[in-house]
Amino acid sequence: MNNLTFMPVLWPLFTGILLIFFAKKIKLQRGISLFSSLIGIVISFYLVITVHNQGILTLGVGSWDAPFGIVIVADMLSSLLVLTTNIIGFAILLYSFYSIGEERERHYYYPVFQFLLIGVNGAFLTGDLFNLFVFFEVMLMASYVLLVLGGTKIQLRESLKYIIVNVLSSSFFVIMVAYLYSVVGTLNMADISQRISEVNQPGIISVIAIGFLIVFGLKGAIFPLFQWLPGSYYAPPIPVMALFGALLTKVGIYSIFRTYTLMFYHDQDFTHTFLAILAILTIIIGVIGAIAYWDVKKIIIYNIIIAVGVILFGISVMNEQALSGSILYIIHDMLIKAALFLLVGIMIKISGSDDLRDMGGLIKQYPAVAWTFFIAAISLAGIPPFSGFAGKLLILQGAAEKGAYLGMAVILISSLMVLYSVMKIFMNGFWGTPKADYALTNGKVNKMLVPAVLLVIISVLFGVGTESVYPYITQAVDSLMNPEIYNKAVLKE
Amino acid sequence: MKQNDLILQTVTKVAAFVILLFAVAIFLGGHYSPGGGFVGGLMTSAAIVLLLLAFDIKTVTGILPIDYKLMIGSGLFISSLTVAGGLFFGVPLMTHVYQYVDLPLLGHISLHTAVLFDLGVYLVVVGVTMTIIQTIGESE
Repeated sequence: MNNLTFMPVLWPLFTGILLIFFAKKIKLQRGISLFSSLIGIVISFYLVITVHNQGILTLGVGSWDAPFGIVIVADMLSSLLVLTTNIIGFAILLYSFYSIGEERERHYYYPVFQFLLIGVNGAFLTGDLFNLFVFFEVMLMASYVLLVLGGTKIQLRESLKYIIVNVLSSSFFVIMVAYLYSVVGTLNMADISQRISEVNQPGIISVIAIGFLIVFGLKGAIFPLFQWLPGSYYAPPIPVMALFGALLTKVGIYSIFRTYTLMFYHDQDFTHTFLAILAILTIIIGVIGAIAYWDVKKIIIYNIIIAVGVILFGISVMNEQALSGSILYIIHDMLIKAALFLLVGIMIKISGSDDLRDMGGLIKQYPAVAWTFFIAAISLAGIPPFSGFAGKLLILQGAAEKGAYLGMAVILISSLMVLYSVMKIFMNGFWGTPKADYALTNGKVNKMLVPAVLLVIISVLFGVGTESVYPYITQAVDSLMNPEIYNKAVLKE
Repeated sequence: MKQNDLILQTVTKVAAFVILLFAVAIFLGGHYSPGGGFVGGLMTSAAIVLLLLAFDIKTVTGILPIDYKLMIGSGLFISSLTVAGGLFFGVPLMTHVYQYVDLPLLGHISLHTAVLFDLGVYLVVVGVTMTIIQTIGESE
């Protein structure tokens, strides 16, 4: 029993509620949100440290013990992701001050922002499959509001698509949970894991595993199910886009992490091979999109899809190196995607267009933006010593060990293509002659640049200091590779 | 043509109170028998909607000058406080307690902290329902 486990959910909840009462006082809302985000980072940091020292923390909510009640479980993977989420939340919040606009701020932008964090943190922390669905819904509700807030034509059109896709996948989620429940008779993840290993995953469970892959694949945008993403993420203003791009798809991936390492790991020839094929196809589709577009937002959006593929490929390989690579890569990707979206947002704000062909020569007037973007871009491509490198290297090592050479080749080539796609932005956007008189002063730009720089610095530190982060990653991988650790912590307290 | 809704208005004046009282009964009965904050809240908003139909928004806001958005906030706050209560007593969050007490007039009854949680739910349900209905109604 440790109430700290639930604090990353409870804290934004209270912040969000408080913000409802000050909906019309924008300055006050900003202050409260920012302060609360800082505390949120401190709480989640403390959670990581505690988990590191004491092992997996659990909380049987309402004094009901697992497997009968709902448990909140903070293992290392969850806590690391919660910490990353809170850092990104803080940076994007800071960016919102200068770019979201008063109209949206007055219409409950900040409370909903906090509610989104509740959903994301909750989904990372819950140890109950149905509760996972509930937190997915909390997150989705908040994302519907953020997506439609402002009510421009494109937002309304894309919201409709987004809501239909998600309502469908949510109902499918419940159906799958019901199927699993009717087979194993429990909803507690650790208990499910134990019962499945008792019966050694018969065919019906593998079918359910694929069902869950469809559900989480819809949220996480894997190959045949990603079509909604480029459109929907394109519509909202930059901070919301960054929030979605950095956090929402990652919750889907995290759920695949959880289900495919904790529960459905007995029939890897079938389930994990299937996952690997989808992951490779996802990477290929993402690369095609990232190269094809001249629209900066679209390029970064398709880079999300590539990253999803890379991380999932690591999961499908399912050995120690690959999983630690995947965890490193998911954290790296969350940080750097958020930073890239913010930077691209600045570029669009300066040039007034999101088409690369209308930009050019930004480096002369805004060198700081240019070099931050450059570092973010090569981190994304995974050039050492930046943060993308270690993750990809480990995934490749794991894949080599398993003999998955096709996947290795695709990931390596995709890295080059990613590099090309972001360098295209860099060369066309920052080099060359300015296409227009850029009126935005450096003072204004620098204000918006602060959160992006913050994220890039954290990501660079994360890359350079991978060695010192590694014990935490190993601990996370331990409980993924050996589900008994997780099960024991949850069921035997 | 102005509609004559004298009958509706007269009936509403009585019916609204009956519905409200019934909503309270349902809300309080919630813990051991069917009912609770959600149903009670829906029924309360039904009563208010009936008032809205029989009279108009202006009259109703005159009777009940409530900002329903703040009502949502207060409801959430009350519920969350009962959730966080566990922090102060060193027990897991959302742990509820109850006690049988003898009260004058009411006699031997059980008091349960879940009612406080339900009160929050009640406020949120009324707040959300009325906010939605008012937002739709205003544009006409």
